[in-house]
Order: sequence, then structure tokens, then C-alpha cells
Amino acid sequence: MSTKAHSLFDPAIVMPALADSFKKLNPVVMIKNPVMFVTMVGAIVTTAEIFISKEPKAFTIQISIWLWFTVLFANFAEAMAEGRGKAQANALRQSRSKTVARRLGSNGSLHEVEAETLRQGDVIVVDAGEIIASDGDVIEGAATVDESAITGESAPVIREAGGDRSSVTGGTRVLSDQIKVRISADPGHSFLDRMIGLVEGAKRQKTPNEIALTILLAALTVIFLIVCVTLLPYGIYSQVAFSITVLVALLVCLIPTTIGGLLSAIGIAGIDRLVQKNVLAMSGRAVEAAGDVDVLLLDKTGTITLGNRQAVEFFPAPGVPMKDLLDAAQLSSLADETPEGRSIVVLAKDKGVRVQQLHDLPEATFIAFTAQTRMSGVDLGSVQYRKGAAQSVKAYVGGTFPKEVDFRIDEISKAGGTPLVVAARDGAHQDSAPTVYGVIYLKDIVKGGLADRFERFRAMGIRTVMITGDNQLTAAAIAKEAGVDDFLAEAKPEDKLALIRKEQQGGRLVAMTGDGTNDAPALAQADVGVAMNTGTQAAKEAGNMVDLDSNPTKLIEIVEIGKQLLMTRGALTTFSIANDVAKYFAIIPAMLMVTFPAVAPLNVMHLVSPNSAILSAVIFNALVIIFLIPLALRGVQFRPMPAMALLQRNLLIYGVGGVIAPFFGIKIIDLVITSLHFI
Amino acid sequence: MNAALGWIQLALFLGLVLLITKPLGLYLVQVLDSRGRTWLDPLLGPIERLTYRLCGVDPHREQSWKGYTVSMLIFSLFTMLVTYTLLRLQGMLPLNPQGFSSVADHLAFNTAASFTTNTNWQSYSGESTMSYLSQMVALASQNFFSAAVGIAIAAALVRGIARHSAQTIGNFWTDLVRTIYYLLLPICVVFAVFLISQGMIQNFKGYDAAALTEKETVQVPKTDASGAQVKDAKGNTVMVSQVVDTQTIPEGPMASQVAIKMLGTNGGGFTNANAAHPFENPTPFSNLIQLLSIFAIPSALTYYLGRMVKSSGHGWSVWAAMAILFVGAFLVCWHYEAAGNPILTQLGVDPADGNMEGKEVRFGVFNSALFATVTTDASCGAVNSMHDSFTPLGGLIPLFNIELGEVVFGGVGAGLYGMLVFVIVAVFIAGLMVGRTPEYLGKKIQSFEVKMSMLVLLVLAMDILGFTAWASVSDWGKAGLNNNGPHGFSEMLYAYSSVTGNNGSAFAGLTASTYWYDTTLAIGMLIGRFLMIIPIMAIAGSLAAKKLVPAGPGSFPVSGGTFTFLLIGTVLLVGALNFLPALTLGPVVEHFLMWSGKLF
Amino acid sequence: MNILKEIKTSAVVTLILLAICCGLYPVVVWGAGQLLFPQKANGSLVLDDAGKPIASTLLGQAFTADKYFSPRPSAAGTGYDSTSSAGSNYGATSQALHDAVQQRVADYRKANGLSDSQPVPADAVEASGSGLDPHISLKNAALQLPRVAKARNLSEDDLKKLVDLYTDGRDFGILGEPGVNVVKLNLALDGKYK
Repeated sequence: MSTKAHSLFDPAIVMPALADSFKKLNPVVMIKNPVMFVTMVGAIVTTAEIFISKEPKAFTIQISIWLWFTVLFANFAEAMAEGRGKAQANALRQSRSKTVARRLGSNGSLHEVEAETLRQGDVIVVDAGEIIASDGDVIEGAATVDESAITGESAPVIREAGGDRSSVTGGTRVLSDQIKVRISADPGHSFLDRMIGLVEGAKRQKTPNEIALTILLAALTVIFLIVCVTLLPYGIYSQVAFSITVLVALLVCLIPTTIGGLLSAIGIAGIDRLVQKNVLAMSGRAVEAAGDVDVLLLDKTGTITLGNRQAVEFFPAPGVPMKDLLDAAQLSSLADETPEGRSIVVLAKDKGVRVQQLHDLPEATFIAFTAQTRMSGVDLGSVQYRKGAAQSVKAYVGGTFPKEVDFRIDEISKAGGTPLVVAARDGAHQDSAPTVYGVIYLKDIVKGGLADRFERFRAMGIRTVMITGDNQLTAAAIAKEAGVDDFLAEAKPEDKLALIRKEQQGGRLVAMTGDGTNDAPALAQADVGVAMNTGTQAAKEAGNMVDLDSNPTKLIEIVEIGKQLLMTRGALTTFSIANDVAKYFAIIPAMLMVTFPAVAPLNVMHLVSPNSAILSAVIFNALVIIFLIPLALRGVQFRPMPAMALLQRNLLIYGVGGVIAPFFGIKIIDLVITSLHFI
Repeated sequence: MNAALGWIQLALFLGLVLLITKPLGLYLVQVLDSRGRTWLDPLLGPIERLTYRLCGVDPHREQSWKGYTVSMLIFSLFTMLVTYTLLRLQGMLPLNPQGFSSVADHLAFNTAASFTTNTNWQSYSGESTMSYLSQMVALASQNFFSAAVGIAIAAALVRGIARHSAQTIGNFWTDLVRTIYYLLLPICVVFAVFLISQGMIQNFKGYDAAALTEKETVQVPKTDASGAQVKDAKGNTVMVSQVVDTQTIPEGPMASQVAIKMLGTNGGGFTNANAAHPFENPTPFSNLIQLLSIFAIPSALTYYLGRMVKSSGHGWSVWAAMAILFVGAFLVCWHYEAAGNPILTQLGVDPADGNMEGKEVRFGVFNSALFATVTTDASCGAVNSMHDSFTPLGGLIPLFNIELGEVVFGGVGAGLYGMLVFVIVAVFIAGLMVGRTPEYLGKKIQSFEVKMSMLVLLVLAMDILGFTAWASVSDWGKAGLNNNGPHGFSEMLYAYSSVTGNNGSAFAGLTASTYWYDTTLAIGMLIGRFLMIIPIMAIAGSLAAKKLVPAGPGSFPVSGGTFTFLLIGTVLLVGALNFLPALTLGPVVEHFLMWSGKLF
Repeated sequence: MNILKEIKTSAVVTLILLAICCGLYPVVVWGAGQLLFPQKANGSLVLDDAGKPIASTLLGQAFTADKYFSPRPSAAGTGYDSTSSAGSNYGATSQALHDAVQQRVADYRKANGLSDSQPVPADAVEASGSGLDPHISLKNAALQLPRVAKARNLSEDDLKKLVDLYTDGRDFGILGEPGVNVVKLNLALDGKYK
């Protein structure tokens, strides 16, 4: 899938959306949106009025046109939001072009079958160069897989049987080796299918909050319907003849068409924004829940710290010159391709040691890390250089171990680091004991900018909890450096689940990320469970979101998008309702001016004529939808700040602004349409 | 008139309201707790326990919202029947020194509905219709009952907000009995004696006949033997001279009834002129205390709310929103009443006096405008001046206050629960703007609460606008009008607003004691009371059952100035805008026509 | 939930509460009133020498003769009918109100010898809320004073002292508006009220 964000008014999306705006006029579709349905009925009524009423035709025709525009603009907004999703869905669909799979029969024979016929539990064999037909778990073999079709990431990933990297996704391509895959999804239910469905908005269901808002808007619509309908008898008493066209115009201006027209677009766009961040939400409900999260459970490794530790300091043992330690350290790490090993070489080089090249040392024998020795190193001639965890090296050294080194090891542990001890033994002397050279300080590197980010979360009332398998000391030190509020050390998967339950019992919503099979229960329990795409199928099934980039830090962005979605709804609802004040001031005096010229002072905007006033309000009401489409699709600007500050800010912009803005808008429209002699 | 003294009186009044809010609120906490302690326990405790024993009520056994609501509905229906029956049988019952006949069916229905719903709309004139027994038992009983029911409902809703993961919201019978025994009765006894000290009557003797110093000759319609008016050939009423040499001075147990009518925000006058009557509101001092008694319990309930939900700040924010809406509306009313009627100024009336039509000298423009604002902010409906004769915009204020839903302090209990509906709507709309599912004090506001809240607003709008629409195009509707033109429309709009809001004040020129008006107004009252309470109780039950989300910096702030501002905005935008077109056709148009000198 | 039981509870509660709120309570208040403020509790009546009531100091009466201070226009029945207290309930744009006030302004000016440009106090020509308002404004009393003084052959200063005596000021100097109690004043002028 393409990760590029479509520009807001990309013609490829706008053109079909224009067509869709008309298709959506189908009453069966419209009735799902009570506000716009009433608007459409109003448009139909005024259209009929063109032929029936005795009012100036030009006026009725224009009102009717703008009412139709209002409906079409709302449909357009929705179609735009859907269109952006569809563009992404199409990209996905291309990868689903007919694939042929080789299914393994019960007798071990292979049959070529269409991908669509694969059922859950079938086993297929996939060779290098082939596309994996459907979702499943690797049950035999290992392979490099190109998942760019799904993630947009071009670097191939390893998929192998067993462990946490066993899941493969339909539509991705095997680059090397052969794997056996057990299919985990029936046709139409694969990950790809769900993604397409989701981004297209085809299976979109209203989220709880959206339902509540729809009820509010529907109720307001009914109330304003009563207001406008009762004006007819009031008019009869007052001997004011209210025309049907004007009453419909008033009704449409009063009912919350702005938010009514943009509501579904906001929801679709919210999911779309997640997709652009390469996160797939399994439901809109999950996106909403993300906005409500109170506690973020963050795995230390990968989320808070860079995945690997780095050497940051060397501490020579007493009597050992620094230079010797540096030499020994870099020699023992030369062949160590782990990030830790490389970081030792780099640091030693920085400290001024001439770094040897492997090919300069033909006589060297490299000793790889084994589970038995738990050390790695190099034999250079008769000298054995070794580095390893304190306990292992102690065992290797045997008898004497310098007290100062022990002290240093303790200190590093307390600071949250990992001490590696370097020792060497001259094999030329049969009985010589190994000498301790010193300690390398390996440190977890906390990702930049996190502390700042967590601080902002704290301000918003979201607590961050770091989860780590490290011991208390280490965990506490890293937690402090990263700026998280709390940590769970020596955590086992079941501890994670217990923590989530505990928080939820306290009424808090919890979000977490996970990838392993043993994360699945916790992911399922969490209110927002984000599974890493690299993770197991079980994890992906358990969570309600999948991060295609497998970047645990993204949890933070997910929360922000959830909040942004809710804020956008609230802001536009407030704006919509606040708009009514100005519309009253435009329309009500206009309705009465003919019978009661004395009410002229109520025309505070000094609109030119009653008809121009009413038409201006209707035009404003329609145009504001178009103007707000970008806001609905992009979401209101998100700033992490306490609820009080956010409320003040948004009330000022959308509440007070919503009262004031239409006064200017309607006045300008009135000036334009009268100077152009539309009325 | 002295504007400076006006400002001092306003500050004094608001200061006194503020002063009693906390102590009375704290007292309410005890009263509305089945195990609460008050200093009246030694006296009233035994009576309270005896009452429970006789009724077979376990005071500590709580009810679900449905159980609570059913108890309340059955009690209200039962007492409404009692009132109706007593009025219908008035002619046969004792304590009727003037020998008033039984009350007609439509009027008895209207009056029973009126007093049961705390409306106290009066289609009758008290001193010429109701016996002492009717006043004291049929009507005053409902003054106590309907007030206690309102307070009970508010308490149940507050419990629903304060509790979490709970299935019950209190016991209706306990709330009813405790409210009457510990809150209403003790205050009323003191209050009533104070009122007597100011000149209010309290006796059981018959009306007195005072021999007039100056006999008066008046023109009255000539009546035939059957009592019907005689018309001449042109259809005009034939008038005859009649010498009036005595003034019949009404008597009766007034003070005891007026005390509860004010304290319980009932508002049904002992006399037709209500609190404008010199007996019913003898002095400016009695006027001040009566005003205070209207706001006392509603204001204290905001403190009760804050206390119960453990956020005094929230209680005070709601109080502040009410206070601001009160002062704002009052200033408009005062301004326009003080400005007077330009049509009369034209005729030579001193414009410095303001509009005195329908006002008493002892109260003047200021205290009349203040009373009108207070009585309609709350659902009291007692009047010390005739709203019908206010200037158009001065009279718009009481109408506007009622149409807001009487949430500015409001009726006892009803004001708070009405305001809490707006709080829920405000929290829902603006709560989204902080990027979370809206939460009110840790409770998520979801579709059920929104549905019920909007139902309340919908019922309010439909009841007022629908009935007014019907009346305004019906012959029976227009037949009752005392004024023509926009003011006549205002009279109808005011009537249905008043009954829907259970206020009871009127643009009293409207002759409502007709079959159609009595019946539609009574239905309007019952809808406005019970169709509002039921959804509110549903909200109480739903909120009580919800889990509590702990408060934090991300929680929606429901205390402080921003929330107060938000609440005011919501009340005005969601509550008032619906009525703007109707208000425009009535008072606003009339205002402009008045300034152009148009007469109807 | 047992509906029958609820009805029974309602009935018993109602009976008990009726006894207390509508029986005990008004009687207690009555007792206290009769004991502490018997004059006021019984209608603030003014009695003649024979002990018959001739007025209540709180309820206005119609006085028309020149020797009496005129009270406010009253819409209670045919005027000051205290069995049907009421205001006129005329709205601001009422033709009837306009006509009535026009007439009253003319009458007032004529009766008190005022010029056509002299503003007339509002309370003198606008009906009160109860129709029984016993007060008139100080300004109103001052304008009537010369007429009454002339009709009674009293010096204006002496009459002024009497007017001041029956003026009810603002309560505590702050509350309400001052007014002259016309009932007390007129009866006092006739020597029927002290």
C-alpha cells in the first residue's frame, strides 16, 4: 500500500467523489443521516414550490438550488473521505490479483488450487518468487519475505516456523527459500480483505460515540422541525404569511447541517489517518477508544529504548592500563556482529585505539557466544581474550576477582546498565590464571524526545507504564531516564495481563502493544491492543489494531489520532450549533419585515432585502460545509495539553468563533449576491 | 425610583442567597440521607419512625430507579385524585364560611393537575372560589407534596451521579417524608409567623364586611332572574347603577399556606392577585423574604450536588451559571420596566416613574421586576405584579426564563434536575472537544443519557410550541385573550410555557377557566412534569450503574469559570434558541410596534 | 414491585401527611399568630366606635371626593372590590389601556388643577397589580395635597405633616419604595383612624 498521503483535493479522488455525491441522494441511503434527510426533503419541497408558490421565481429557484447543494456538499464530503480510502484499497487490491497456491494434500501430494478456494487449516507450500496466497503461520522452514505490498517497507523480513515471527500475510512475496504455511483465514476474511473493507468504509459501522452524537443531532432536528412547523399557525394568528420556501430555508439553516453533513466524513477520515500512519484499526470503536486511553503500557525494548544496548564507558581493573583494556575489549568484540559488539569497537576507536581489521589477523580464532560459556572472544596466538556477563567471567577467571571490579559491576547495574567483564589468559603458560582487564559499561539507549512526549501525555492525564523483563534496579533507572510514570519490572506475560485487569477495574482504559503469542491474552484484554505486523498471527487476531511498521512507539500517535477524531466531532458540533444565532438574526427579521416594518432594527447585519438575507443564510449554510471539509478530513489541530486548556481553546475557536463567524459570512454573501443582482 | 438603591437591594438579595446556600446545603445532605442527623431529631425522629411503621416502609431499603419512579407516580396520582375529589365535593365539606359551591369538573381537573405538578396555575380566583378547607387541605397539601417530590427526584438524580456501579438511588418514601418533616415544615412554621408579623392574615373566621366611609356608585351589568347578563338590541351589555357601601374583606388561613407556596416554589396564590395582594405580601420586607424563600432550596441544592459528588467546585460552578443568568435577565427586565411605556408617556404620564401598570407602590418597578425574574427563574409562579402589563421586553424576560426550562435556580428540585440535563448536554458536546468520550464527573455520557436528555428538551419544546400553535388558530384559544395583536399571542405562549415549565404565573389577562383551556393546560402541566421526570430518573439509574473513571488532568473539567461559561452557553443556545421565533412574534414585535405607537 | 402495596403506602402516607401539613401545621401557625400578632392575623382591621370594621389598613378603598386623597385606579371588580383582587392585565400596546390612561390623565390634571404639560405620576393613572393597593406615591400625594387642603380648609403644612405620618418609608431605609397609605390617611382626616 502506498503510504503517501493524498493531497486533499487530488483530482483522482475528487472526480469520482463528485459522481458519488449524486448517487448518495438515494433516500434509502440518506435516511441513515436524519439531518441531511430532512434537508433533502426540504430541497424537494422548495423545488415543488418553484411551480406552486407565488413568490418571485428567481428567489425560490435559488433557495432550492442551494438546498440541493447543501445535500450534495454533505454527500461530497462523505464521498471524499471514502474516496481517499478507496484509493488505498485499490492499491491493496492489485496485490490480490489472482494467485495460485500449491495445497499440500493429506497424502503429501501438491495440488495447484485457486487462492479463493483455500480454507482455514489448509497447508500450502510457497517457493521463492511466489506470492503467499492467504494469511497463515509458517509451520516449516524459514524464508525472506517482501511485505512491501502491505507495509510499504521495501526491506525484506524473515519469516520462520515457531516463535514470534511465524505469521505471513496473503499478498506478500517469498524472496528466498521454501516455507510451508498453514492457512488461518477463510476466503474473504484474510487480513488483506479486512484491510480493503476497512479503508473503503464498506463495512463501516457507527461507533458508540457517533451513535450518541447522531441521536443528539436527530433530536435537535426534530425540535427545529417543531419550531418551524408551529410558525405556520403563529403566522396565521399574527397575519403574517410565511411562505413554505422561507420556512424550509429557516429549518435547514437551524438544523445542524454542518456537523450532520460532515459526521461520517470525520469518522472515515479518522480511520484513514491511521492507515496513513500504517496502522490498521479493526474497528472504528478501537479508534475512539484510543482517544479515551488513560494508561499506556509500553514495552521497554523497542518502544522506550533502542532495541540494543551500547557501550558507553570502559572501567579498567586496578593496575591495568586503560590502553590494555581498550585493546582487549576491541579484540574480543571484533568478530561480534551484534550491535553491542559493534558499539564496543566503535567506542574503543573513539577512545584512540587503532582498530585492527579482521583480515589483518589471519591467525586469530574467533570464539562465538555459546549458551554454555556465555562468553565470546578471540584467541590470538596463545592469548585468549574473552568478554561476557559478570557471572560467566567470574566462573572463567576462577579464584581471585578484584573487589574494585565487583564494585563497578554493582554500580553499573544500579544505574540501569549492563556490565560486561573483559578478561584475558595467556595460554603459553599452562597454569596461568586469566587476568581481569576491566568492565565495559553497556547502556540501554532511551529514544530521543520520549521524556518530552511522556510529559505531554501526563499533562493530558495519560499515565505511561514501562514493561520490562529487567530487574527492579535496571528498570527503575531506565524508567527515570525515559520519564515514564511507572514501570513493571521482571514482567512475565501474565503480569502484563494482571496489570491491565487491575487498571481496568479502576475504571481506566489501557492501551498496549505486543507481538508475541504470549502477548495475545493481554492484547485481547487491553482496550486498545496494537499488534506488531511482524508478530504472530495469534497476536494480530487478539489486538484491535495492527501496526504495519511494527513500531511500538506508534501507540502514542494512535492515541493522538483517536483524540483528534473526537475533538473534530466536538468542535464541528459546537460550531454548527453556535452558527444558529447569526442565522436567526438574518432570517427572522427578514420573515417579519414585510408585515412589521418596525422590526427593521433587528436586521443587525443590515442585509439588503428580506429575500437576500434569507438566501445569504442558506448559501452560507451550504458553503460552510465545503469550507470545513478539509478540517473534517484532516482533523482539528491536536495539541497535547490539559483538558481545561484544550476546552478553553476549542470553546473560544469553535464556540465563540462559531457565533461570530457567520455574521461576517452572511454579510459578505449578501453583499456579493446583491451586487451581482442575483436577487 | 432610585437606581442606586436598586443596585443595593440586588446585591443584598444575591448576597443573602449566597449566604444561605452552604448552610442549607449542608442541612440538605443530612435531610436527604435516610441515616442523616439533624438537630430536630429529638422532636421529629419519633414522628418519622411512626410514619414509616404505619406505612410499612423500611426507610433504609433503597429502590431501583424504576421502583422509585413508580412509587413517585402512584403517590402523585393518588394525591391528585384526593385534591380533585375534595374540590368536587367542596360544597358539602366543612370550613366553608362563604358557602362556595363545588368546583366545576374542568376547573377541578385543571387545579388538581396544577397543584400536583407544582405548577399552581390558577384558572380561578382564590378568594371567590375556594373554601378554607380547599385552600388548606386540597391545595396546601400539594404545595408540600409536589415540592417534596421535586426535591426527592433531584436527590435521586444527584445520587445517581455520585454513586457508581450501584443499582439503587434511594427510597422515595423516605425522601418524601424526611423532606417534609425536616426541611419544609420547620422552615414554614417560622416563615409563616414572620409573615403574620408583617401583616399577613391567619384565621378561620368568615369574611368581614367593612362599612365604607365613602359609598360608591358603580355601573354593573344588568342580570336577569337566572343571573345571565341582559343584552340590548345591539348586543351590548346593559349596565345599571349599583351603590357599593361595604367592602368585603377576605380572611382565612393564609400565612401557613403562603409560607409553603413560596418555599416550595409552588406559587399558587391564596388570593387572585397572589403576592401583589396587600395581605399576601404586605411589606417590602416580607417581599424580600418571600423572594429569598423561592431561591433558598434551589440554591442550596447546588451545594448539595457539589457536596454529594465530592466536588464543591462543580456545585458552585452550577450556582454561578444560575446566578449570572439570573442577574443578566433581571437587568434587562428592570431596564425596560424602568424605561416605561412610550405610548403612555405620550399621554402625559411621568416617564421617570417607569411602567406602573399592574404594579404596587410599595414594591415599585425594581422589586416588581426582581420578583418577576425570580419567580420565573424558579418555577414558583407567584407574582407581585401583573406580568401581562409589563412592557414587551420586560415581559419577555419571565417568558424567556420559563422557556429556558426554569433552570436558573429553578423549582425546588426541578431546577437542579433540569439544569443537570443541560449539564449533560453541555458535557456531551464540549466534552468531545477535549478529545475523550465525554465524561461527567467520571461517568461516560453515552447514547442513552443523550437520548433521555434530548427527550426532555424535545418534550419541553413540543409541549409549549405545539399547544400554543393549536390555541393560536382555534376559536377557543382566541376567545380567552384579553389583548389583541402580538400581545395576545404572548398571552397564549406564556400560558403554555408556564404550564409546561410548571411555573404557574400567567399573562393573567387570559381567561383560562374555559373547558378547552383548562383541559389543554392541565395536560400541558402533566406532560411538563412527568414526561420530564421519567427520562431524568432513567438517567439517574443509568448513571448510578456506570463505572467511575478516576479524575485526572485529562478529565473534562466541570468546575471553574470555563465550565460556567459553557453551561450558560448551552442553556442559551440549546435551550432558548428554539423559542426565539415565537418570542419574536410576541414580545419582540410588540416592542417595536410600541415604539412606533401602534395600538391594538 | 407491588402496585397494590404502593397504592396502600400512598394512601397511608397521604393521610398522615394531610393530618400534619394541613391540620397540625396551620393550627400551630394560627395559634402563634393569634397569640403574637392578633391584630395583623385577623386582617389589620380598623374598627369604628361600635367595634364594627370599617376598613383594613392594608386594603385600599375607593375615595372619590375632593376632600380625600384619591387612591390608584383599581381593576379589582368594579374598583377596590376585595373579593376579586386583580390588575387590568392590559398589555403595553392595548387600546383600552391607552384610552383609560388618557381619560385618567385628563381627570387628574383637572381635579388637581395641573397644566396640560405637567407630567402625571404613573401610579395615579395606572392600575395597581392587586387592585387593592393602599398606597400612592409621595409625588402623587404632593400633587393632590393642595386640593385636599382646600376642600378641608386645612393649611398645606398641617396636611403635609399628616401625610408624612401615614407615609410608609422603605423598610430599613433600603427595601421597596415609600408610599402614602391612603386608607389610613383618609380615615385619619375623618378622625376615624388614630
